Amino acid sequence: MGRYVIRRLLQMVPVFIGTTLLIFVMVYGLGDPVAAMFGDRTPDPATAAQIRHDLHLNDPLWQQYLIYMQHIFKGDFGKASNGQPVTELLGTAFPVTLRLTIMAFVIEAVVGIALGLFAGLRRGRFFDTGVLAMTLLVVSIPTFVTGFVLQYLLGVKWGVVHPSVGEGAPFKDLFIPGLVLAGVSLAYVARLTRTSVAENSRADYLRTAVAKGLPRRRVITNHMLRNSLIPVVTFLGTDIGNLMAGALVTERIFNIHGVGYQIYQGIVHNNPPTVVGFVTVLVIIFLGANLLVDLLYAVLDPRIRYA
Amino acid sequence: MTVIDDISDVPTPDASLAPLLEVRDLHVEFHTRDGVAKAVNGVNYSVSAGETLAVLGESGSGKSVSAQAVMGILDMPPARIPKGEIFFQGRDMLKMSGEERRKIRGRKIAMIFQDALSSLNPVLSVGYQLGEMYRVHQGLSRKDAKAKAIELMDRVRIPAARERVGDYPHQFSGGMRQRIMIAMALALEPDLIIADEPTTALDVTVQAQVMELLAELQREYNMGLILITHDLGVVADVADKIAVMYAGRIVEDAPVHDIYAKPAHPYTKGLLQSIPRLDQKGQELYAIKGLPPNLTRIPSGCAFNPRCPMAQDICRTDVPPLHPVGTARGSACHFWKETLGE
Repeated sequence: MGRYVIRRLLQMVPVFIGTTLLIFVMVYGLGDPVAAMFGDRTPDPATAAQIRHDLHLNDPLWQQYLIYMQHIFKGDFGKASNGQPVTELLGTAFPVTLRLTIMAFVIEAVVGIALGLFAGLRRGRFFDTGVLAMTLLVVSIPTFVTGFVLQYLLGVKWGVVHPSVGEGAPFKDLFIPGLVLAGVSLAYVARLTRTSVAENSRADYLRTAVAKGLPRRRVITNHMLRNSLIPVVTFLGTDIGNLMAGALVTERIFNIHGVGYQIYQGIVHNNPPTVVGFVTVLVIIFLGANLLVDLLYAVLDPRIRYA
Repeated sequence: MTVIDDISDVPTPDASLAPLLEVRDLHVEFHTRDGVAKAVNGVNYSVSAGETLAVLGESGSGKSVSAQAVMGILDMPPARIPKGEIFFQGRDMLKMSGEERRKIRGRKIAMIFQDALSSLNPVLSVGYQLGEMYRVHQGLSRKDAKAKAIELMDRVRIPAARERVGDYPHQFSGGMRQRIMIAMALALEPDLIIADEPTTALDVTVQAQVMELLAELQREYNMGLILITHDLGVVADVADKIAVMYAGRIVEDAPVHDIYAKPAHPYTKGLLQSIPRLDQKGQELYAIKGLPPNLTRIPSGCAFNPRCPMAQDICRTDVPPLHPVGTARGSACHFWKETLGE
């Protein structure tokens, strides 16, 4: 098990370098950060040159990347163009997005697995067909459409919920945004669980469990569910990253000042330290989630643990 | 778990004399897209305590399906039992509620499956899977169940049972896995064990060990044993009587030695001739011509007639009844006398 973890950690190193390098080159290689800093005004050439020198902008790109990485490992993400340290922005934005992601994740996992399980157990019946049709519908509609429609209907027209999320992003305001964010993934989880359950329900070991005289409930919870959830867990883990990225759209719709909002601002105002800083942290979270999935996978399936 | 309501308390008419299990005129069919597949078409057999019945047949002969019907683990639908009775300790199990039948499974009748690797749950330790029998049926604690599981593993002679109780099925060899299946069936000391091709997936050397173990435990607990197999070699040493099945019917039914000495049905005879023998080294191996019939379109008359070397006109029109041959035998062949006489 120890070797397994170490191998996984080592595999993360090249992935981390590759993704951060890519985003660094894309952001710093295009556009002029100094010009963006001054907005509409033209900077004094001497000042501009000084700033370029201070920010190492005259060095080759690969050197800039190395310097940036050195700073990051010291906890210094640089300053946004308005002079605010990026770490401060990270500190306010990530908790908000994390809350939204947790909300979406819980909805996705609980509702998705429950729908998939019951559909899988009642293959070909009304409930199963209903779930299949509904999930297909959800997958086909873009997130911003469901977002705006739900916001208009529930928030504006019927006034059931706040149309936008309030200060500090309380969980009760985040339910609808969470549902919108979870939507597509929820449909995938439901379908994946259904297929997995349907496949496992024909397995030999389930016949054995029935032949042992176990009650049906126990056959399903102890013998079928755990085997069926192995692929679902993999999907859920990798989806944490997707949810955070997807939050970009949802946060815009519901005016949530999270990661998506900050990255959007960073891109619009051509603010490289913010964009690279946020993306770097997202990459770390994504890698962490994947590691967690691999470990969980090994816990669920002993055949992997001892391989 | 709820307290066991003991089924054996129900008064059974002279339970000591009546067979433990008696299957009467059992029919099983499967409703598929290609039509109705008649897997079992009027099967009769019985097993008493301490007795071993071997049910012999090719794949698709209905031997496994009839056993699963006895066990009550057929998926219904698509399976259906339109007709028949399955008496166990004097009561027709087909008339029992689902819950009553569940309580018989594992506790009174246990089953051993063919492929232990796929038949054991890959993500649960063998100790858990063995202990589960005690926890569910007897309400034992996790700890006591584990102790019982170790005891069971010892009894089927798995070395270092105490250290291996937490291991998973894929960590055992094929023979050891099959021993675990046997242990699981044995856990609650059932009255009847149904073993569905218990040695097919094993090496020949291991096959003998597993069969020996099974026979020994059967004697020790005086259990009835139904041994489902397509391997005549496995049967000879352990079975008391044999029922040969073909296309969902029993075509011959006899004490084991009679069958080997003088088969009374051309199909049995073909099966015996197709066993490789040392004294016929160098000669071409005998094989029964043709293939088993499609169960949605079983031939009229005797189902074996298209493959039978002795087939006459009557075989294509009339289904042969099970003719009594001597006192304890039966043959479903119009020409059983000729078959015996040759």
